[in-house]
Amino acid sequence: MSLDAKIPQGPLAEKWSKHKFNLKLVNPSNKRKYDIIVVGTGLAGASAAASLAELGYNVKSFCFQDSPRRAHSIAAQGGINAAKNYQNDGDSVYRLFYDTIKGGDYRAREGNVYRLAEVSVNIIDQCVAQGVPFAREYGGLLDNRSFGGSQVSRTFYARGQTGQQLLLGAYSALNRQIHLGKVKMYTRTEMLDVVVVDGHAKGIVTRNLKTGEIETHAGHAVLLATGGYGNVFYLSTNAIGSNVTAAWRAHKRGAYFANPCYTQIHPTCIPVTGDHQSKLTLMSESLRNDGRVWAPKTVETAQKLQKKEIAASDVKEEDRDYFLERKYPSFGNLVPRDVASRNAKEMSDEGKGVGTTGLAVYLDFAEAIQRLGEDTVRAKYGNLFDMYLQITDENPYKQPMRIYPAVHYTMGGLWVDYNLSTNLPGLYAMGECNFSDHGANRLGASALMQGLSDGYFVIPYTLGDYLATIGPKKVDTSHPAFEQTKQDVIAYNNKLLSLKGNKTVVEYHRELGHIMWEYCGMARTEEGLTKAKALIKELKADFWKNAIVTGENEEVNAALERAGRVADFIELGELMVTDALTRRESCGGHFRLESQTEEGEALRDDENFAFVSAWEFTGENEEEVLHKEELIFENVKLTQRSYK
Amino acid sequence: MSGHMNLTLKVWRQKNTQTPGKFVTYKAENISPDMSFLEMLDVVNESLTRKNEEPIYFDHDCREGICGSCSLYINGHPHGPKKAITTCQLHMRTFSDGETITIEPWRSAAFPIVKDLATDRSAFDRIQQAGGYVSINTGGVPDANVIPIPKVIADEAFNSATCIGCGACVAACKNASAMLFTSAKITQLGLLPQGQPERYSRVQAMVAQMDQEGFGNCTNTGACEAECPKEITLNNIAFMNNDFFSAKLFREEHAHDHTGGE
Ligand SMILES: Cc1cc2nc3c(=O)[nH]c(=O)nc-3n(C[C@H](O)[C@H](O)[C@H](O)COP(=O)(O)OP(=O)(O)OC[C@H]3O[C@@H](n4cnc5c(N)ncnc54)[C@H](O)[C@@H]3O)c2cc1C
Ligand code: SF4
Ligand code: FES
Repeated sequence: MSLDAKIPQGPLAEKWSKHKFNLKLVNPSNKRKYDIIVVGTGLAGASAAASLAELGYNVKSFCFQDSPRRAHSIAAQGGINAAKNYQNDGDSVYRLFYDTIKGGDYRAREGNVYRLAEVSVNIIDQCVAQGVPFAREYGGLLDNRSFGGSQVSRTFYARGQTGQQLLLGAYSALNRQIHLGKVKMYTRTEMLDVVVVDGHAKGIVTRNLKTGEIETHAGHAVLLATGGYGNVFYLSTNAIGSNVTAAWRAHKRGAYFANPCYTQIHPTCIPVTGDHQSKLTLMSESLRNDGRVWAPKTVETAQKLQKKEIAASDVKEEDRDYFLERKYPSFGNLVPRDVASRNAKEMSDEGKGVGTTGLAVYLDFAEAIQRLGEDTVRAKYGNLFDMYLQITDENPYKQPMRIYPAVHYTMGGLWVDYNLSTNLPGLYAMGECNFSDHGANRLGASALMQGLSDGYFVIPYTLGDYLATIGPKKVDTSHPAFEQTKQDVIAYNNKLLSLKGNKTVVEYHRELGHIMWEYCGMARTEEGLTKAKALIKELKADFWKNAIVTGENEEVNAALERAGRVADFIELGELMVTDALTRRESCGGHFRLESQTEEGEALRDDENFAFVSAWEFTGENEEEVLHKEELIFENVKLTQRSYK
Repeated sequence: MSGHMNLTLKVWRQKNTQTPGKFVTYKAENISPDMSFLEMLDVVNESLTRKNEEPIYFDHDCREGICGSCSLYINGHPHGPKKAITTCQLHMRTFSDGETITIEPWRSAAFPIVKDLATDRSAFDRIQQAGGYVSINTGGVPDANVIPIPKVIADEAFNSATCIGCGACVAACKNASAMLFTSAKITQLGLLPQGQPERYSRVQAMVAQMDQEGFGNCTNTGACEAECPKEITLNNIAFMNNDFFSAKLFREEHAHDHTGGE
C-alpha cells in the first residue's frame, strides 16, 4: 500500500483553508444518522467527542478510568503554546510553525505543523469562553511565559496545572453533550480490539472493567485518542494506567505504526530511589533558568557522596564540574531537553553520579539564593521545591536537588494523514497516540496544543469528508466480523488468565523497562539495539510461559488489565528497537553513537533519513515491514542544531 | 535515611458491590520510608500475587496528586493524616516501624463500593453533567482578550477550579454531603463573566442533582474543608448557598430544567 499523506497543494498559509473548502460536507439533517466511536477522554478525545456531538453526530465515548475527567492530560503542568502575539514581541503563526519544525529536528511535515500553529489561536479563545481560568495580569488580560526552544513569550498557563484546567474545560463541554443525550459515556471500559469490515473500521470490542463483560460497539468511524506509550519504559512521568493497548491492537489489525523509536526524555525529574518505585515525577523545565547543573569531578568524590560519607556542601568549588556550562558556554544550563538529558546520563555512566544509586546529578540553587535571596527563589519555584521536599524529604533551599532524566512523551504513534486518518479507512488517531506534528523531538507546551487542535478544530472538518463518502447507511454489530473479533478477544484474555507461573507481570514490565532504557533510550548503538531485540524476544517467550495472572474475567481484575497492557508493551518494545536500528542517524530526542560530529554532538543525516517510518504488522512473531513517507521541505531550510 | 519498617495493615476487602466485605489483616514487611503509600500497597500486592492470592484493589492513576483517582480512608482520615495532600502523595516516612494502619474505602451511600477500596463516584460526574459548564459550542467565540477579568477574580476562580473530584469531602463528612465539591464548580463559573448567563439556572440544576444522588445535607462542621487535599474553602459553600437562595427568591424564571441552551 502506498502512503499518501494527503497534504494539500498550494502555498503553506493557504493549505488548510483551501482543504477545508474542498472537503465534502455532511448535510445537517443527516448528521444524526451517523454513530461515531471516540476512545479516550483526554484533551484530544474529550474535545473531539464534544465538538462532534455539537455538530449533531451520535457519539459513544470510552475511557478506562472511573471518570472522563481523570485522563492523563490532567497532569500536564507547564502550559500551552499559541501564536496570539499578545505580548507584541514578534510572534506569529509562521514563527510558531518555524520553532516547532526546527524543535522537531526537521522530522515533521510542514503542512501539519503550519496548521497546528494556525489553529493554536482559536484554542485559547475556545478555552477562555468555557471558563478556563488562565493566569492573568493586573490589567485583566491573559499572561504568558517563555518556554524552551523559542525566543518569544507565547505560553498560556494556569499556575502549574494547565493540563488540569484545559481538561476540565473539555470535560465540561463533554458533560453538556452527555446531558443533552448526544454523547453516551462508557467509563471503566477498556477497548481491546478494532472490528474491521470490508477493509473499513466499523467498531470496537471492549471489556467492562467492573463486570468483565466483553462487548461490541458499531459506528461509522472509530477515533482513537488513547494517549502515549511512555510506560513501555516502566518508569516514566506518565500515569500508571497510560498504555499502548488501543493503538497496538489497531496496529495489529492493519494500522501502520509510525516512528515508534521517537521518545522524549525530560532532563529534570526526581531520581529513582529503589526497585519499589512505580513512577517518576517531573520537575518543571523552568528550574534550569536559575539552577546550575553539576557533578563531582572525580569518581572518588562521587562514591563518597553515594555512600553519604560526605554531603554536597563538602565538595569544594574546584572539585565540581558544571558540565553543561563547560561544554555549552553559550546556552549553558538552558540547552534543549535532549542535550541536557544525554549529558546527565553520561556523567552517571562515567561513575560521577550522586545519590545512593549514583543515578543523579545536582541542580544547585545556592548561587541563585545568594544572588536573589531565598524569598525571590521561593516566589518563583516554591511549589516545585515543596513537591521535591515532599517526595525526597530533602530541603532544596539547603542542599542541591538531585535530578535525573526520565521518559516523558512519545512522538511516535499511529501513522495518520493530513486528515488524521490512519491507513485503515474509518480509523482515526488524535493527540499523543498519533505520530503527527512533533517530529523527532517535541517542544514544551505543544502537546496540549496538538491534542486540542486535533479534537476541536481538525477532526470535526476532516471526518465529515469520510462520512459523506460512505453515506449514512446504518451500521450495527450483526456483521460476523463483530462476533469473530469478540471471540478473538475472549480467547486472548483466557490465554492470559491461564498463566499461573512464578513471576509477576510487574516484574516483566520492570525488566522490559530496563532493556528499553539501557539500549533504546537516550543513546543507542547498533550493537546494543541488536542485543535488546534478542532480550525482548526472550522476555516475550518467558512471559507467555511463566507470568502469573490471578483471578477471573468476570470481575474487577487489575491483574488481567495489567497483563494485557504489558504483553502489548513487550511487542511494541521490539518494534521500537527495530525502528531504532533502521534509523542510523542522531536526531531530536535520540542519539546514535555511530552518528556524531567531531565534538560529539548529534549528527542528523538528511540525505538518507528525512522520512517517516511507518511499520506494517504482518503476523505474530513476523518481522514488520517498513514503509517510508518522504518528508518534503519547501519552506524551511534544514540546518544542523548547535548550542555551543 | 532511616531503616526499613514492618507494618500491620487492616484492609477492607469486598469482592463486589453486592457481597458484604470485611477487614483482613496483612503484614507489610521491609517497607522503605521513601515509598509512597500506594507503592507500599504495591509491595503487598506483589507478594499476594506470588502466592496466587487476589491483590488488593484500589483506584489510582497519576500518582502525583492531580487526577483524583486515589481515595483511601487511612486511620480515620481521607487521604491519610497529613494536610493538603492525596494518598498517592503520602510517604511511608509519616508512619513508624511496628505501626498498625487501617485502610478503608470512602463510606457513603452515594459512593457504592466497586471492589475492596474502590468506590463508584459517578454521582459526581452526574452533578457536573447537570450544569457544570458554559453552554457554548466549539468555534465562533470571541477573542480571548475581549473580556478582561480582574486578576483577583481570576485567581479566586482558579482556587475553586483546582478541585480534583476525589470525594474526600464526602468521605470526611458525617452527613456525606457533597456541598464542597458541587460548590467549587458553581463558584468558579459564578465568579467569571463567562458563567453569568446561566449562573442561577446552573446552581439550581446542580443542587437538584446533588440531592437526587442521595448526598446528605451540610451542617457546617467543616470536616470537608479540613480534609480536602486541594484546600477548597467553605467560602465556596457560602457562595453556592447565596446563589441558590437568590435564584429561588428572585429568579424563579430561570429555574427551568437546565437544557444547556440547545
Ligand atoms: C507530567 C506531564 C506533564 C506534561 N506537561 C505538559 C505541558 O506542560 N504542556 C504540554 O503541551 N504537554 C505536556 N505534557 C504532555 C501532554 O500532557 C500529553 O501529551 C497530552 O495530555 C496527551 O493527551 P491525549 O488526549 O492524547 O491523551 P490522554 O490525556 O493520555 O488520554 C488518554 C485517554 O485514553 C483513554 N484510554 C487509553 N487506552 C484506552 C483503552 N484501551 N480503552 C479505553 N480508553 C482508553 C484513557 O482512559 C484516557 O481517557 C505533559 C505530560 C506529562 C506526563
Ligand atoms: S472539594 Fe476537595 S475533597 Fe472534595 S472532591 Fe474536590 S478536591 Fe476532593
Ligand atoms: S493517583 Fe492521581 S491523585 Fe492520587
